[in-house]
Amino acid sequence: MEATTKPRTSSFSRNLSSAHSSQTPGLKHGPNGTTFISSGIPDLDKILCGGFPLGSLVLVMEDAEAPHHMLLLRNFMSQGLVHNQPLLYASPSRDPRGFLGTLPSPGTSKDNKSRDSSAEQEKGLRIAWQYKKYFGESQENVNAIDGKYEFCNDFDLRKPFDRHFFSGKHVECVSLLDSSSLSTTLDRCATFLSQVPRNDGNISSAGRIAIQSLCAPQCDHSNMEWEMLSFLRSLKSMLRSSNAVAVVTFSPSLLLPSFSKRWQHMADTLLSVKAIPDEDKELANLLTGYQDMVGLLNIHKVAQINTQVPRILEATTFSIKLQKRRFLVLECLNQAPVDGSTGSSYGSTGSCSGSSKAGSLDF
Amino acid sequence: MSRMTSNLLDEAIGLDDSTSLSPLVGRLLLVEDCVETSGAFVLHHLLKRAFSSPHSSNAVIFIAFSQSFVHYERVLRKLGCNLAAQRDSHRFFFLDMLTVGCSDRSGKETGEGVLVGLYCKIQRAVSALIQENKRHVTIVIDDIPLLEVAANGSSNHVLDFLHYCHTLTSEIGGSIIALSHEDVYLDIERPLILQMEYLADVLIKVGPLATGIAKDVHGQLTVLNKPVGGLEENLRNRVHNFQFYIKENVPFWLLTRRSCPTSSIY
Repeated sequence: MEATTKPRTSSFSRNLSSAHSSQTPGLKHGPNGTTFISSGIPDLDKILCGGFPLGSLVLVMEDAEAPHHMLLLRNFMSQGLVHNQPLLYASPSRDPRGFLGTLPSPGTSKDNKSRDSSAEQEKGLRIAWQYKKYFGESQENVNAIDGKYEFCNDFDLRKPFDRHFFSGKHVECVSLLDSSSLSTTLDRCATFLSQVPRNDGNISSAGRIAIQSLCAPQCDHSNMEWEMLSFLRSLKSMLRSSNAVAVVTFSPSLLLPSFSKRWQHMADTLLSVKAIPDEDKELANLLTGYQDMVGLLNIHKVAQINTQVPRILEATTFSIKLQKRRFLVLECLNQAPVDGSTGSSYGSTGSCSGSSKAGSLDF
Repeated sequence: MSRMTSNLLDEAIGLDDSTSLSPLVGRLLLVEDCVETSGAFVLHHLLKRAFSSPHSSNAVIFIAFSQSFVHYERVLRKLGCNLAAQRDSHRFFFLDMLTVGCSDRSGKETGEGVLVGLYCKIQRAVSALIQENKRHVTIVIDDIPLLEVAANGSSNHVLDFLHYCHTLTSEIGGSIIALSHEDVYLDIERPLILQMEYLADVLIKVGPLATGIAKDVHGQLTVLNKPVGGLEENLRNRVHNFQFYIKENVPFWLLTRRSCPTSSIY
């Protein structure tokens, strides 16, 4: 994992390597005076070119029928706990603290090594420059710099944290059911965020807010559309003046389409997750590795803080896979070879997932 | 900005018209974008234009609902325009509605109250500017749907507010630039967006590239310039289509539609 010895092939990798100079664990400097924290999924950090910038509001659109958004939330929260960052979790369940028991703990995905060694072997070959990008990024492992303070960990979804792990951690849990309006939740967020104020000096700690299913129908506020919007607006304004990131999931199908759009405009980073239907023969023929996918992740918007230039991603749809049934990885969709009519322009996207193996380039 | 860098957008809006001193006087310019492609860069560009023009009588009142001052300042600085200095020289009034509007939740102000308060601030700023003989006042609103949220969803109040602002600027010969989101209003009865589009003299629609993701194009832009005056040749609406590529330090590149991108970079 010699990220430093790797030849720099693109501006993307330069940003990452310069970011290692940050001293505070779990924080990383990005362009335009922003600071990133990790999403808890190494591949997602790479796709978003660093992670979630502090002060941003991340919205995740849920699949109405599947709990894939929980995967994102869990990893986001676990990563915060590993870095000892204060955490506020709100959900529409009666006992939100119970959710903490399901958070995955960090593990080492052994496959990383085999991945890298295979990439190492490829390096020995003479490879035309056009193809260099196909294996370049897999070595850009942000984690495992010194084993202890990694920017982003791999989380073992089958191994929850020990109970005693939570003692001494700053974790607050809020049930969205408790209050008839969102103002109490907003007050909780305000007091939480006041611990991580933004001042121009160096940042010592970053807070994480995770809100699950904000517009769930069992909450009293779910039919007060304007109130929820004004909650989001206030939340965003408070985030801007503090060192924290909020991830809010919501189900767009529960909102009127126009309100769903308003929510989406409110987001700095907008993601959506979708389950994969079990037996979609057509899709199975179209995509390679269909059997291993558990869902799809779409990236609709990447935060543009302090800049006006939108980021053009190499691909916007990624498949969510569980490596060894434990580790969450995101991969680019690879079109299976179809006779004659493959979209050759999409061939180039085969590389952008960090976990591209040699086998995935089967065009 | 030299004549060379005046780009297609300025041309389409009529900003490069050297015959008239300030081509946007009394006009309302509406920018519509969608989730996929933000139209904020048009605001940044027009903001920069307002300050880089030779007339020192230009002033801007910026009503910011969506971003903080730091964001705009950093973006504009990269475009070569120092907002903090402009603010100190009383040419730039920044009304921070993002943080200020939310922090005083205790009063439980009604939606109408917020807008009335906001209008009073604008009026005060305008009269202060007129005393300093800065007559070309531009009011920039970023953005209308958030203004609606602040008004608790009362689109009537928002429309009233826009009408008041429009009256104010047309009296003194200023202009209004507003950002709105097209997709928010697509599926409902759309009195607000229709009235805004009716009011607007220049309509700029920003959207993603119709053909999908491209590596070197950020999106496409349609400019509808409604005719001014009653002259025969001016009676037609002028519609322009471009594709654009945004950069940090130059305004942005515009590529004309049916031509090779590399040869037509402005």
